[in-house]
Amino acid sequence: MSHRLSGNEAVAYAMKQINPDVMGAFPITPSTEIPEYFAQYVANGEVNTEYVAVESEHSSMSVCIAAQAAGARAVCATSSCGLALMYELLYVAASCRLPITLACVNRALSGPININHDYSDSMGGRDAGWIQIYAENNQEAYDNFIMAMPIGEHPGVRLPVMTCMDGFITSHAVENIELLETDVVRRFIGEYNPEHYLLKKENPLAVGPYDLSPYYMEHKVLQAEAMKVARTRILEVATKFEKISGRSYGLFEEYRMEDAELALVLMGSTAGTAKAAVNKLREDGVKAGLVKIRVFRPFPGEELVRALAGTRAVAVMDKSEGFSGGGGPLFAETRSALYDLKERPYMIDIVYGLGGRDVKVEDIEKVFGRLADIAMTGEIGPLYTHMGQRSKEERA
Amino acid sequence: MIYAKDINEHTPWQDLTPGGEIYEPGTARLFNTGSWRTNTPVFHEEACKHCMLCVPFCPDNAIPVRDGKRLDFDYMHCKGCGICEEVCPFPAITMVSGGAVK
Repeated sequence: MSHRLSGNEAVAYAMKQINPDVMGAFPITPSTEIPEYFAQYVANGEVNTEYVAVESEHSSMSVCIAAQAAGARAVCATSSCGLALMYELLYVAASCRLPITLACVNRALSGPININHDYSDSMGGRDAGWIQIYAENNQEAYDNFIMAMPIGEHPGVRLPVMTCMDGFITSHAVENIELLETDVVRRFIGEYNPEHYLLKKENPLAVGPYDLSPYYMEHKVLQAEAMKVARTRILEVATKFEKISGRSYGLFEEYRMEDAELALVLMGSTAGTAKAAVNKLREDGVKAGLVKIRVFRPFPGEELVRALAGTRAVAVMDKSEGFSGGGGPLFAETRSALYDLKERPYMIDIVYGLGGRDVKVEDIEKVFGRLADIAMTGEIGPLYTHMGQRSKEERA
Repeated sequence: MIYAKDINEHTPWQDLTPGGEIYEPGTARLFNTGSWRTNTPVFHEEACKHCMLCVPFCPDNAIPVRDGKRLDFDYMHCKGCGICEEVCPFPAITMVSGGAVK
């Protein structure tokens, strides 16, 4: 089915097709439309979801945790400060191994307060134990949400999944989109049949008991192992998804990387802009390429090594600061992953687009210009810079 | 299925349950919390009228009852709070200093 939908409506529609048991609903810009559209489906009787309107995001995630522990499928949507208010519960959901699905519509996290896009919200939750999958556009936001449950609910995984899309850029822009038929989605998702759940009366269960030092470490190892299993499971689900949709997904997308000497590593909607820049540079004979990270947790480090092994210079583009004093989170992960490579490419970090600062094709071309200089001279110059801010200095 | 009685401080991570889930009720019985005790109640059976006032007041269910009669303290779960001594109308419970059971 071809349609035109915004990213938010696409995700709400995916939720409708899935027909989850419970939604913990609380509005926050720019994710508000998701519970809003979904409330209409509930009111129209198009789903039989228990729609729980709560007083905060701390509570919406608590509702999801309780529902999922009881044996239900729970969904949620939030952004920015809302995700921050869930922070504690994100850890509870992951450590209790409850495969909740959360649509995170990325927005800068205060302050100063800002409603536009960057990844400072979900990057703050990157160590919480959630699988994180990022979308470039509406189609991917829809597809990722449908793949989330078969990934997270797998008995070897049992981890919550956060599907992320860029606030406003993806969530509010209306694009052409291919929707699956509802019965196809339902068959793909299947029934949620956890082995243990609170409402299983023949098998009393305690969830989230106090865990002292003689046991805590072992439970964390179990959780860490589950995240490793998730990497394989994400690819299995992607293969199955391709059969019903014709759309193929990996841990990341390699765009014109076969013989690329200069490459970018970035996430989300900027990939569309960067692809246009890559195409332009390729016409001029520049061997430019792009790696778009789709799965950030688990981080596809080993696979990235293979993708970047043949390059001469790489720019990681971080759309969140991280305030490490030495570059953003995507840079830290990517650079660390390449440490074991014998012949490493030069690598720089560019922090850009904070709080919705626009990035254009020309900006990306400037980054490739810097990479070309680095590859030619062997001098990387400043390791970590910002792009797009007004400055007295002129720098790409 | 892994039961709580089969899990202890020597169990490797591979044999523990995801998220520390417990698949049966009443497992607090297996857990020695009496070691936290700083004071200890002593039961004087000869002075006890089995009025059962102490039993519901005990916050830790540490006073077992059988056939309408209270038995000696369950020291594996008694924390020595002394509430039982406070509510006992008879000289049937006295508190002594220290956690050791005499």
